[in-house]
Parts: sequence; structure tokens; C-alpha cells
Amino acid sequence: MVTQRRDAAIVGIYEYPKRKAPGVTPLQIKAECAARALEDAGLSWKDVDGLYDAQDGAGMAGLSLAEYFGFKPNVIDTTAVGGSSYEFHAAHAKRDIAAGRCRVALLTYGSTAHSDARRIGTMPGMGGGAPSPLANMTDPYGMTLIANYAMVARRHMHQYGTTSEQLARIAVATRAHAMRNPQAVQAMTDLEFQDIREITVDDVLNSRMIADPLHLLDCCMVSDGGGAVVIAAPEVARDCRKKPVWIIGAGEATSYSENGSDITISAAAQSGPRAWAEADVRPDEIDVAMIYDSFTITVLVMLEDLGFCKKGEGGAFVSEQRLRFDSPLKPALNTDGGGLSSNHPGMRGIFLLIEATRQLRGESTSQVPGARLAVAHGNGGMLATSHTGGTIVLAGD
Amino acid sequence: MPDRPQPRFPEPDTQPFWEATKEHRLLYQVDRDTGDVVFFPRRHNPKNGSSNLEWRESKGLGTVYTFSVVRLNRHPVFAGLGPYAVAYVDLDEGFRMLTNIVNVADPTKDIFIGQRVKLTWLDQSTGISIPVFEPA
Repeated sequence: MVTQRRDAAIVGIYEYPKRKAPGVTPLQIKAECAARALEDAGLSWKDVDGLYDAQDGAGMAGLSLAEYFGFKPNVIDTTAVGGSSYEFHAAHAKRDIAAGRCRVALLTYGSTAHSDARRIGTMPGMGGGAPSPLANMTDPYGMTLIANYAMVARRHMHQYGTTSEQLARIAVATRAHAMRNPQAVQAMTDLEFQDIREITVDDVLNSRMIADPLHLLDCCMVSDGGGAVVIAAPEVARDCRKKPVWIIGAGEATSYSENGSDITISAAAQSGPRAWAEADVRPDEIDVAMIYDSFTITVLVMLEDLGFCKKGEGGAFVSEQRLRFDSPLKPALNTDGGGLSSNHPGMRGIFLLIEATRQLRGESTSQVPGARLAVAHGNGGMLATSHTGGTIVLAGD
Repeated sequence: MPDRPQPRFPEPDTQPFWEATKEHRLLYQVDRDTGDVVFFPRRHNPKNGSSNLEWRESKGLGTVYTFSVVRLNRHPVFAGLGPYAVAYVDLDEGFRMLTNIVNVADPTKDIFIGQRVKLTWLDQSTGISIPVFEPA
């Protein structure tokens, strides 16, 4: 029996409300979110002594961000592993706080991916930056980000009989949650979604194919956005404005395609067990699963690899309506609407922590009654080629 | 047809691979001590760090591990191709490479996982040639 430790807690959160923010910079989004998250915690700007940054605002990340904010932190961590960076940051903040190196850690994210008109999913390598071995072996082939995930979906279907219909159920459940979240509805409006309503499995299957077997509605949106999370030591957390949400387990992992490897297995298969062991909880105890939904297949693979069901049984698992917030079955999935229907500015890992915290505080727009335990699992990079997995297990006070 | 996005040099790990494509030779690396197959090309065997590697030439026969047919690509060269297939192919010598499957009437119907494929080449104006695969 592992003794569950409560070394650090999320005490402040803020999600930037706009998904279309022309004329604003990522740094400004980060600063606004930082101020609001500290306010949410009842802490002040000068309390921050740990700075965590995924290099999304400016170059020389730890230096330029500290200077822009006006901090002289004791701890600077600029781990940048794509969308899961914020789960890595939460793990590192817990570690740094437990070691006494800082007391109040600030994680921020800001992106203007939509306003910049970045073609995140549909552009292949363009030969930017310095020459690299991997780019040299992939740029000539026109691999898009969506096709990358689609290759995982195709292989999963081949190995396990998973169907497009089963994948679609993930998009259906998260859209239902999005329709209950005013910020998500506003996001879909601002981003000019053609038809803003709950969707059906047929809607997903009838949306146009982007990269077989992934349809348009299997894919996340591209938005602007950002957020901030404040993580504090227990003695600070006790005096904060809101109930602390404890980080009780963390796992980090890397995975990539190798000769003969099985690309249906993600880094979550390594990070998940580490996080569960540290938290001393089992997946079937989890009330809310916030899982990186860049695409429907991302979620399916990660539900399996985190141990919510056996490998290959994800298709059947998500067919049972269990993903909805009001289902008696656990876990509820992406109750904010997720990247598929609420926001995806390129790296959405911070929103997983934010919505998991809302759930454990009882503040979600799709509140799971009595939610006590949540997991936030981020995915960074690209599933079929190289990616990271960050798993954070959270508990209410 | 206009050139694809090209590999860029100097890049010492992959330069010998691309030089050999000028002669339509598909190269991969093998650890002289352990026999481990190394791909993508690099200075060492990722299993043990050893740099005692040698280049060998593949026979160019393999099996489709997985694939996707891209319908939307905003890059001008690929936008002009119509639907095209990207794939991982497992070569018989034991390495997996990202590639395209070409010379099929309908990529959405004529490609399948487990399909046997053979090497063919897309010559570029730069002198290099891009290794792709077609049904064997």
C-alpha cells in the first residue's frame, strides 16, 4: 500500500475566454491569465516563485517570460514537449514544491494560432529551421498532422476491428458537453462553425473525409486561446480562496515509431501506470477523464493505454454512452467540450488541468455529481511518429 | 511535376542515404556487432549507442504497416496531386520507413494493410530521387 502524498495543490485557474483574439499577443494572453488565476487563488503577483513555460510566448523562454511578467523566480522550467507540456509542468511543480524549492508555481499558456491562420493539421513539413535527420526523411512525403493520427486509426481498426462509428461517439459526447458550456458555444460561433448544435454519429460519418479514416468532425478546431494554473504548497493552499485540488500522482513518458513497433500503443502506456501507482488509485475509481482530444483516435488509444479498458477494447468501451457527464458509468470525458468542440490553440494540455480542477471544485458546466478523482492526460507531438504523454491524477480536498 | 519539399543539407546523418538515391539505391544501416537494423539513418545504434555501423542496400520489397489517404493538403505541390497515400512500409530487411504508395488507380480502394509493395522512384530536378512504393 502506497501512502498517498499531498505535496502540492492546484489553487488557481483561469481559461482565456476568447477563441478569436486578433491584435492580442500570446504574451499578453499569458499575463492576463496569470493575473486572473492568481486572483482566483486569492494570491498576489509577488507570491509567484516558480515559473513554468512551454516556450509559447517568446524566445529564451524562462528569461523573456520572467522579464515580461516581472518575476525573479527561484525555479524556472521551460520543458517544451508539445501539448502535454502542462502536465509535465504540473509534475515538475509538484516535485519542486515537495523539495522546498518554491511555494507558488505559475503555469501559463497563450496562443494566437487561429488569428495567425496557421494550417496546423493540413500542411506538411515546409523545410523551416535547421536541417534535421527526421525532417529529411519525412518532408518529401506530404505527411500532414492529421494523416499522422489517421495512420494510427487505420492500424487500430486493422488490429482490433475498431470502427469509424465508435470513434465518432467520442466527438458526439464532447459536443454534447460543449453545448452546455457557454464559452464553447461562443467559440464555435466565433470560429464560424457551420451548424452549432449537438451532433450524431451520422453527422461525424457524413462530414467530409480529411485523411482516411478521419473525417472533419474527428478533428479538433484551431483556435486562439490560453490559460493559467497556480500550484501551491500545502501551507499556502490552506489559506487560498478556493478549495485545493491535490496533485496526487504524475507520470511522464516519450514514445516514437521504431522498427517493428506497434503504433497503436501510446506513451500513456508508460506514463499512466506511473501516475496511478504514485496516486495509489485505480482507473476505475476515476470520475472525470480529461484526455487530449486532438482527434477522436487520440482519446480512444489513451483510454486504453491509461487502463480504463483493455488494449483493443476502446471501441466497445466508448459505445456505452459512458462518456457523458450524466452517465452513471465512469469516467465522464472532456466535460468542457474538449479540443474537438471548445478550444485547441495548438497545445491544449493546460485546459485539461483547468477543467479537471473545475470538476473537483464543483464548478463545471457539465458537473459530474460528487466528482472526487480526475485524471488529466496530455499528448504532445504526433501520435504515429514521435510524441510525449503526461498523466496527472487529481483529488478533491 | 514540380519538386517535392527536398531534404536539406548539410545534414551528415541522412546525406549518404540521399546521395545513394541518385543511383536508385535504397540504403539502411546495420550494427556490425549486434546486427541491429537502424533507420532513420544516424550516427549510432539507438539500442546501444554504438557507432560501429555499416550501410547496406535494401532489395526494396516490403509490406504496408499502415496508411492514410490525404484529401486536404494546403502545400501547392501536394494540393495538386489529388488524394494520395502516405504509409509506413516495413521493409523485408527489418526497417520501417515513411513513404508514399503510388501507381494505384484509386488509393482509397486499392491499398490495404499487409499489402506487398515494391520500390519505385520519383526523380527530382535536384538530382536526388524519392523512394516510394507500388503494389508488388
